[in-house]
Amino acid sequence: MTHAYLSVAGISAGLAVLIMAPSFLGEYELGFMVSLMSYVTLATAWAMFSGPTRYISLATVAFFGIGAYTVAVLNEALPYPIVLVVAVCLGALLATFVGFATLRLAGIYFVIFSFGLAELVRQLITWFEVNITGTLGRYIFLPFETQHIYWQLLALAVVTIGLGFWIRRTRLGLALKVIGDDEVVAAHSGIALARTKVMLFVLSASLMTLAGAIQSPRWVYIEPTIVFNPTISFLTVIMALLGGATRLWGPTLGVIPLLIIFEWLSASFPDHFSIVLGVLFIVIVFALPKGVLSALEERIAKLRKERVT
Amino acid sequence: MLKFTRRHMLTGLLAATTAFGFAAVPGFADDRNSVKIGYAVSKSGANATGAGITTIPNYKLWIKGVNASGGLELPDGTRLLIEVVEYDDRSQTEEVVRAIQRLATKDKVDLILPPWGTGFNLAIAPLMDKFDYPHLAVTAVTDKAPEFAKRWDKSFWFLGGGSDYAEALADVLGASRDAGKINNKVAMISVADGFGIDLVNAARPALEEKGFELAYDVSYPLGTSDFAAIVNDAQSSGADSFVAFSYPPGTFGVTKQAQVAGYNPKVFYTGVGGAFPVFKKISGGQQEGVMGIGGVQSGSEAIQEYFANHTDVIGNPPDSWASAVTYTSLQILQEAIRRVGLDREAIAEEIASGEFETIMGKVSLENNQLRSLWWAGQWQGATFAAIAPADSNGAVAPVIPKPAWR
Amino acid sequence: MLVSNLLFGLVLGGTYALVALGLSMQYGISRIMNLAHGEFMIAAAFCAYILFDYANLSPLVTLFIAPVIGFGVSWLIYTVMMHPLVKRAASRGQLEADSILATFGLLFVLQGVMLVVFGSDFTSYSYLNTPVNIFGVIIAASRVIALVLSLTLGGGLYFLITHTRWGATLRAVAFSPESAPLVGIEVDKVARTAFAIGGALAASGGVLVSMFVTFSAAGGVVFTMKALIIVIMGGVGNLMGALVAGLTLGVIETFVTSYVDPGLSLASTYLLFIIVLLWRPQGLFGSARS
Repeated sequence: MTHAYLSVAGISAGLAVLIMAPSFLGEYELGFMVSLMSYVTLATAWAMFSGPTRYISLATVAFFGIGAYTVAVLNEALPYPIVLVVAVCLGALLATFVGFATLRLAGIYFVIFSFGLAELVRQLITWFEVNITGTLGRYIFLPFETQHIYWQLLALAVVTIGLGFWIRRTRLGLALKVIGDDEVVAAHSGIALARTKVMLFVLSASLMTLAGAIQSPRWVYIEPTIVFNPTISFLTVIMALLGGATRLWGPTLGVIPLLIIFEWLSASFPDHFSIVLGVLFIVIVFALPKGVLSALEERIAKLRKERVT
Repeated sequence: MLKFTRRHMLTGLLAATTAFGFAAVPGFADDRNSVKIGYAVSKSGANATGAGITTIPNYKLWIKGVNASGGLELPDGTRLLIEVVEYDDRSQTEEVVRAIQRLATKDKVDLILPPWGTGFNLAIAPLMDKFDYPHLAVTAVTDKAPEFAKRWDKSFWFLGGGSDYAEALADVLGASRDAGKINNKVAMISVADGFGIDLVNAARPALEEKGFELAYDVSYPLGTSDFAAIVNDAQSSGADSFVAFSYPPGTFGVTKQAQVAGYNPKVFYTGVGGAFPVFKKISGGQQEGVMGIGGVQSGSEAIQEYFANHTDVIGNPPDSWASAVTYTSLQILQEAIRRVGLDREAIAEEIASGEFETIMGKVSLENNQLRSLWWAGQWQGATFAAIAPADSNGAVAPVIPKPAWR
Repeated sequence: MLVSNLLFGLVLGGTYALVALGLSMQYGISRIMNLAHGEFMIAAAFCAYILFDYANLSPLVTLFIAPVIGFGVSWLIYTVMMHPLVKRAASRGQLEADSILATFGLLFVLQGVMLVVFGSDFTSYSYLNTPVNIFGVIIAASRVIALVLSLTLGGGLYFLITHTRWGATLRAVAFSPESAPLVGIEVDKVARTAFAIGGALAASGGVLVSMFVTFSAAGGVVFTMKALIIVIMGGVGNLMGALVAGLTLGVIETFVTSYVDPGLSLASTYLLFIIVLLWRPQGLFGSARS
């Protein structure tokens, strides 16, 4: 029990520090925290579905982009909270479609399907803007400073991790575990496979949509090529896999080191960023085959064992 | 639990660096011996090509030149060497935003040079304003420039808006139609992104006003690699003028396809890329008569010297549209510093109100915008010569019809 | 009009198929999802460009040099980088995730090296951009060569794989790497050869494409993504599938450009891809296997 109390105390203290962060962090450091919270949300939301089901989705940016684009289109027409609601609805709608696709597609077929879908969304939005509305490139002038965006993203990240925690405790989480282990067994044991998968995918996608919507005012100018940048999907997958997609805190532990490395590289090696990053990736794959979290746990377990003996 | 110790470490680390950062108050000691200039540009990713042609080479050329001459000159005649802080924004908006925050609050650079591209310049504009840096938005083409210049009073817009280019083209076409050289029809294609759409939206009314008929008018997605069907349809439209508001891969693709198909409109106009030096190679040496965005004053000695210098230092000649403008913006900055020193407020004021001797001649900004630009050019001999505005000093007359592809 | 669009489409589709053949070999048989595929093509394209520009060597000659280098380099990459991953992978999913991460790193390394060596400029040159008249339709000679070669390479390899003993071992490894050793097949050797052949195909594709497409050091991802779509649409490991899928996409893209709206050309290819997958989850020619 004391362990549980300690956890709660630790989490509360950490959260308090994070909430207070804008008062002691500089503009740049806060900007870094914005990226951090955004990717923690994306990677955790991604792992919420992909961890247990083992579906690797590259559609992250489709949802992220829809969120950002909705804000760009509606930010002058509707009050901000309603814009967010509209964004989530649109994201959830698309997610329902993708979710049903998971019922038919598996493995690499789903991976590329999700990538194709993200590109299709980008193409269709571009076509619609060019031919119907006649504007491409929209402006967002919302009175948000870095800290406002940071707080919103922090809240979203907390909600995302909280949801991840809660799902693990419910029947849904158990069902997902069984699905991940063996779909046939899951079906036989009376788990509503289809509904469970689709529900979870919609939930995960809604969180991603919100992340895009909240972050977009930072960019002022929005164009499909900017917000539907496939790099975001790839980074999300890599971060989650690196940290460990099957664990609650895994994605977060993938995000933190990677973002720090990116930051350090783009400053120290502006001309050789790609090369160093690539080498690091390869090294990571060989050195940490099961992700950062597992590697850390193994190390700790080993230390404990040594202490005991 | 592990997670929180790590996060504590991280926040602690960040707090520590900030504390150190803020210890130095942003005033300048007199015993400085360099000027810190920072920038974030796309060195990798999708925008690397654009930045690699227009922005980065000119930054390098200028910094090298300034430092070779002993540094930036201040009002009292002393010179300070330029110290560069550069970041790769990896073609991601979030990265460029954060890089600016970093340059302004952590590196505390004296001046920040702009990134490449309309979107990226707009993304950093509020921050440049907030941190009080003059913002020389060079590679940003937007019709809203006047509005933005008002919104952020230290922002300067150097490349005009889509309607400027479109209207100038309509003037060129209108004049040659009136002279009986071309017929009344135009075939027009545009790339479906902010730039192409801006131009085509302005071109439609401008051409209509001149009495042209749009015989073919489509937009194609970014990333289109094959133009066979498009060129085929444009060819059968019966138009004497072919206009492509395109980006480099499209510009090159459509040119090669037109050559293969033997499509010889009397006017062949391309967007970005037509003024690149590589265009000569792409057209197999048949660039003569091809029109496009931009242009340089081919007779100007300063421009010729700039081209030679650029070729010498960078290894290849500059493009004939935004390169010279980029370099001009840097010359303006340099001269403003020579006149008023390193106070950013004063620099911005000087840029807004002063007159400057540059490679583009004597220029001054109007309402924070450079307006004495070349809107259209044409390959004539070895240079991409400026043809519009026709009444500007140094413009050459367009050659219409364009000689047929061999 | 119909004939010309059909031909334009087939020629474009030939290029697409060419881009996808190498990846189809690598992923279908060696089970390595090579995200650096496009970078291999770009490297070969630069190779062709340099030789053409400085040594005046025809890209058609480079077409015989580049694949040899591509084969060697890929062979080496498999031996050094992929083999340890294959050996330690407990399951197919594990290998998939590992190879995605590792080749993602490789992608960055190759791209970074090319950025440093060649700069980020758009590169393009003109070779055999001469008109050829086929059934009254005028097409660039370079593109026709690309179509003919992709048909020959794709068709030829398909024949080899389906009709020879060597092909049978490839198929065995692709279908069931666990049981292939039971019949005396050296899985590792076969997978390495297939990966190397994939690299050679990518290199020849790069050389051919360089004759008519504008490329840049950062542009490999575009090829990889197109290739992935085609490989998956055709069915993993099926070269005929890749060929058919590539040609289909080319024809659809051209038809939509001409008859509907060029703005929807790329959207239509993605739409077609998604419809095909929802209709046949294992791709056009894929075998249904879990």
